[in-house]
Amino acid sequence: MNRIRNLFKKDKDKLIVFLTAGYPEINSTEKLVLAAVESGADMIEIGIPFSDPQADGPIIQKASEKALSNGITLDIIFQQVKSIRKKTNIPISLMGYYNPILKRGIDRFLADCVVNEIDGIILPDLPYDEGKEFCNKAKQLGISPILLVAPNTSNKRIEEISNLSNDLIYAVSILGITGNDLSSKKELIKYLNRVKANSSCPFIVGFGIKTNDDVKWFNKYSNGAVVGSHILNHINADEDYVLRANEIINSLSKSS
Amino acid sequence: MQNYLTNYNLPDNKGHFEEYGGKFVPETLIPALHELEKKYLISKKDDLFQKELSTLLKEYSGRETPLYFAKKISETLNTNIWLKREDLNHTGAHKINNALGQVLLANRMGKKRIIAETGAGQHGVATAAAAAKFGLSCKVYMGAEDIERQKLNVFKMNLMGAEIIPVHSGSKTLKDATNEAIRDWVTNVENTFYIIGSSVGPHPYPMIVRDFQSIIGIETKKQFKEKTGKSLPDRLVACIGGGSNALGLFYPFIEDKVRIIGVEAAGKGLNTEQHAATVTKGEFGVLHGAASLILQNGDGQINLPHSVSAGLDYPGIGPEHCYLKKINRVEYVSATDDEALEAFSWMSKMEGIIPALETAHAIAYIKKLKNVKNEDIILNLSGRGDKDINTVAKELGIHL
Repeated sequence: MNRIRNLFKKDKDKLIVFLTAGYPEINSTEKLVLAAVESGADMIEIGIPFSDPQADGPIIQKASEKALSNGITLDIIFQQVKSIRKKTNIPISLMGYYNPILKRGIDRFLADCVVNEIDGIILPDLPYDEGKEFCNKAKQLGISPILLVAPNTSNKRIEEISNLSNDLIYAVSILGITGNDLSSKKELIKYLNRVKANSSCPFIVGFGIKTNDDVKWFNKYSNGAVVGSHILNHINADEDYVLRANEIINSLSKSS
Repeated sequence: MQNYLTNYNLPDNKGHFEEYGGKFVPETLIPALHELEKKYLISKKDDLFQKELSTLLKEYSGRETPLYFAKKISETLNTNIWLKREDLNHTGAHKINNALGQVLLANRMGKKRIIAETGAGQHGVATAAAAAKFGLSCKVYMGAEDIERQKLNVFKMNLMGAEIIPVHSGSKTLKDATNEAIRDWVTNVENTFYIIGSSVGPHPYPMIVRDFQSIIGIETKKQFKEKTGKSLPDRLVACIGGGSNALGLFYPFIEDKVRIIGVEAAGKGLNTEQHAATVTKGEFGVLHGAASLILQNGDGQINLPHSVSAGLDYPGIGPEHCYLKKINRVEYVSATDDEALEAFSWMSKMEGIIPALETAHAIAYIKKLKNVKNEDIILNLSGRGDKDINTVAKELGIHL
């Protein structure tokens, strides 16, 4: 059973929540994932912190830096996911950079994903051309590789990327990095329609999504909206971050 | 024994040097890299482009640079040492060869906004100069730590109208400046040309930088023949950070029977954590858009390198060097901070040439040579040492 495929069969608005593993505290990952589930998230992306996150804006950079200084590692992340899996059946995808995965070994990393029931993997610095082998291996193991497309990706390439991904692709809303401001709605609609027309699988949209209105709006033109930076920007170790995350995600997911 | 090559023709059309190289970047940059590669390959074959570049190199940068016979050093070592004087270029190092080439490309592609990363500031200064000359806006990303270490170059870049953006993330050095430049490029990809300063980054950059720097080796080959009547030298030596000055000298000799040596920065020693000897101690990985050897920990996080020379203080290395090491075409050795400092003073006293601290690592290799009789050894004097005066004075305990 692939939870991602099942989720995207459902015709409803979807909120995908991104959280950095080990932020704000090393053991906060599980608490925050469960809070997100309780507050109406439909899918979780768990960020694997990397020392050099070139696709991320300042908020996720800082969260990654903090998480690494908290001592987070891939081993710990897999332990955390194992524990989370006992408590929720929500689709979980890991999101990170390629180097820590290469270092672990692709086969070992994927085997760990299988054992711990990870459903998908998003690697922004492993694009289509370099990622074929990785994506095919993941698919053979029942894990969805979620490749990215951007506003300057050609129609033909969107099609090729979606064919390789198979279950779900991730459309970056803007030319830029996580947390940047959104561009004009008119251009966005044109782009999202282009993705819709050329993708052979469902697609979610992320980067710069901050409000409940954004979430609803993007769900009109795509299959789901990802919120990350906005949540991480408002939680820190000095306050009741679980409560705060609950409030933010509740307001993002409310349907009216 | 080095493995000599025939029909060397890399990277392949995907930008790979076997497992090294490639394009490991966010999807947003893929169209820009395709466009750059296409325009570059056209320009490479375009006589007008090549003519414009060679005129610029001659009249703006002062090429060709001399191949100088270092008589005193040669006598001391009992062998023939030749210095390829890249330090005599405009802006003080080989970096201008590449900056001019890429600015010309930017101009052809109609990009009005130039960005660059810089460590020691030599690439930043070269890019600022080239951008000023062509009337392009120029932003240079530089680690806050490096800005502190290289105030002179920061001032020079400002004088030439470049805007310096201090980078406070991570280790506040070259690798973080590179991350920030990539983020800028992803955001402004439509009007921006990213001038990478070394033979690193995603394809086609390692190839482009190598090609633009190859003027070093092409001139050297010709000059050596003219001066000695011999067809080839015995050995080539260059320092290696990202590896562009080295590839510039090595590449035109790659199919020749010449021994080639690259010298990395061993910092405080290869047995410590504080070095930048990426080929010697690095492991396979992906950083800044390419697969190469990288200084990293067991969890795949990038380790902070160390070298007294800011230009070698980088945890990665160009993919082509990784390949040349793998096939045993180039020999990679290293020199410590102390050896480099000693070589810095030695060259200054012996020949009256103050080299860059980066170059001093290659000089340290020469200085250690024993029982090498009557060889012709060419050392790439990649840059001059003005920028390093404060660092060296501090290391020697002298207050300027």
